[in-house]
Amino acid sequence: MSSTKPPDNPLRFDLHLIASWIEAGARVLDLGCGEGSLLEHLVQHKKVIGSGIEKNESRAATCIQKGLTVLQGDINKEVEDYPDNSFDYVILSQTLQQVYAPDDLIRSMLRIGKKGIVSFPNFSHWRVRLQLLTTGHAPVTRQLPYQWYDTPNIRVITLRDFRRFARKVGYRIIKEIAIETQTPNRQGNIVRVLPDIRATYGIFLIGN
Amino acid sequence: MSEYIENDRHGLSVGIIEKRFHITAEPPHEMLLECDARLGPITIAYETYGTLNPDKSNAVLILHALSGDSHVAGYYSEKDKKPGWWDSMVGPGKGIDTDKYFVICSNIIGSCMGSTGPNTLNPKTAKPYGLEFPVVTIGDMVRAQKFLIDALGIEKLLSVVGGSVGGMQVLEWCARYPEMVDSAIPLATTTKHSALAIAFNEIARQAIMTDPNWNGGDYYSGSRPETGLAVARMIGHVTYLSDQSMRLKFGRRLQNKNDFSFNFDPEFQVESYLRHQGRRFVERFDANAFLYITKAADYFDLAEQHGNGSMVEAFSKTNARFLVVSFTSDWLYPTYQSREMVKAIKKTGQDVSFCEIEAKWGHDAFLIPNPRLSSIIGGFLNRVFNETT
Repeated sequence: MSSTKPPDNPLRFDLHLIASWIEAGARVLDLGCGEGSLLEHLVQHKKVIGSGIEKNESRAATCIQKGLTVLQGDINKEVEDYPDNSFDYVILSQTLQQVYAPDDLIRSMLRIGKKGIVSFPNFSHWRVRLQLLTTGHAPVTRQLPYQWYDTPNIRVITLRDFRRFARKVGYRIIKEIAIETQTPNRQGNIVRVLPDIRATYGIFLIGN
Repeated sequence: MSEYIENDRHGLSVGIIEKRFHITAEPPHEMLLECDARLGPITIAYETYGTLNPDKSNAVLILHALSGDSHVAGYYSEKDKKPGWWDSMVGPGKGIDTDKYFVICSNIIGSCMGSTGPNTLNPKTAKPYGLEFPVVTIGDMVRAQKFLIDALGIEKLLSVVGGSVGGMQVLEWCARYPEMVDSAIPLATTTKHSALAIAFNEIARQAIMTDPNWNGGDYYSGSRPETGLAVARMIGHVTYLSDQSMRLKFGRRLQNKNDFSFNFDPEFQVESYLRHQGRRFVERFDANAFLYITKAADYFDLAEQHGNGSMVEAFSKTNARFLVVSFTSDWLYPTYQSREMVKAIKKTGQDVSFCEIEAKWGHDAFLIPNPRLSSIIGGFLNRVFNETT
C-alpha cells in the first residue's frame, strides 16, 4: 500500500526550483499533477496543504494511493468550482503548451489562487531555431519530442511570448527564471545570459 | 454473502466472525421516525472486525447496499462456502486493513438480515409487521446506526465507507453527525435518485406487489411472493451490470444447446443467469424488505433534506475529508452524479479526492475485487489515520 519510491529520490530540477518558491504551510493546487511527485515533496518537506488535479485515471489513483488529495478531472473545468483565493499558489507545470484556452486558465488560476507558477518549454531555444532554419521541418527536441501530427503540445510558446501575454491577459510577472535541463535529468542550470536563446524551460511566478 | 467472490479461502481472511445484536429504543423510548411513526424496540444486527485501539481512533463504519447485511467479511463457520460480501476489501492487509482498523458493519433497519424490519415480530400484535412496519428513510437508518456506535463507546469514526445505497448512508452520516465523521468514502453512489433509478425501483416493486402471494404484505404465514421478488431481483440485477459486461459474460450464447427451441423456456444464457439470480435471492431476502429499502433510497435527497435544495448548503454542514469514487460503466449512478457531489464539496472548501475508475462491470463494480479500488481506499485511510492520530 505504501509508496515504494526510495526516500532520497531527488525531485526533477524544474520542480525543485518551483518548490523553493513556496513557503512552508502554504495552500497549493497543482494543475496536471501527474503522479504527484511535486505535491508529495511539498507535503513532506514544506507541510503544505496540497491538492492536485490530474486527468489520467491511473496517475490520479497513484496520487490518492500515496495519500495525496487529488481530483481526477480536466484542469480547465475543475478550476472553476473553487472559491476565490482558495490557494496561496496554483501551479501549472509544463502543461500550458497543451491548454486550449490559456488566457481563461491563467485568469482562473489567479482568481482561485493569490499567485500562480507557470512553467513551459521555451520554443525559442537555439536548437529549435536551428532545426527549423536548417532542415525546414517542425522541430523535434528532447523537451518537445513529438512530430507535428502526434504532439499534445498545441501551443508553441517562447519566454518572450509569455511576457507579452501578461499584458494581454492582465497578469503581473513577479519573478522569472530560465533554466537549461533535460526532462529526465535531476540536474540543470539556471541560465542568466541570453535566456531566450539558451533556456530549455521558463518558470514564472505571476500575480494580479 | 458475496455474489462475486466464489471462494477466497486461500487468501487472507478475517476468519470466523460472529453476528451480534444490539437492542435499543425500547418502549417507552421508541425512536421517532421521519414519517412521525414510532418504532421500538429496535434490534440492530452487527459485526465487528479487528481491534478498537485504546484511544478509539481507528473505527471504520461500513454501510451496506440494498440487499447487503452486516456480514462484510470472513465466515460464520468452517463450513461456510462463501465469505462476506466485501471480503476482497476488508481483511488483514487488504484495502480496509483489519490489522489496523476496527471495522463495524451493521444491518440497516427495514432490512431482513437480523435488524428490525417488516419481517420481524410486531410486539403489539405478536405477528410479523408486514405493511404495519413504518416507512423508514436513509436518515432513520443512520440514526439507528448511531445508537449502535454510541453503545460501542465510539465518539468519532475515522471513516464511513459504503457503495450505492450504502453511499447514501455515508453522505447522510456526514450531514447529520459531522462531529463524528473524520472522513468519508462514498462509492458508486448519488445524492438523489434520478427518474431512471426510481423507475427501475418502481418496476421491481410492482413485480412484488402484483404477485398474488404478496397479499398486501401479509404473507408470512403462507406462501411468499417468490415469483414477484425473483423478477424484482432480475430487474435490479440488470441495472447493476452494463452493456459491456453482459456482452462479455453472455453475448447471445444459448444455454446447453445450439438451436432455438421455439418456445418460452430459458434458452439464452442471460435468461438462465437472471432466473438463477432471482431464485437465489428469494432464498435469502424478504419481499417487503425490498419494498421498504428501495422506497428509502428513492426518497433520499441530500440537498433537499439537508440544504434547502442546495447541495453546497448540504455539504457546508459536513466536516470531513472525502474520497469519492465512481465507475465508468455505472449507468445507474453515472459519474456525472459523483462529479456534482465533488463540485459541491469543493465549493465548501473541504478536502476531497475523486477517481473515476475504469471498470466494465457496471454499478456492481465496487463489489468486485479491484486492486485499484483497494489501493486508493487503503492509501486514503492510511493518510487520514496518520493525520488524525
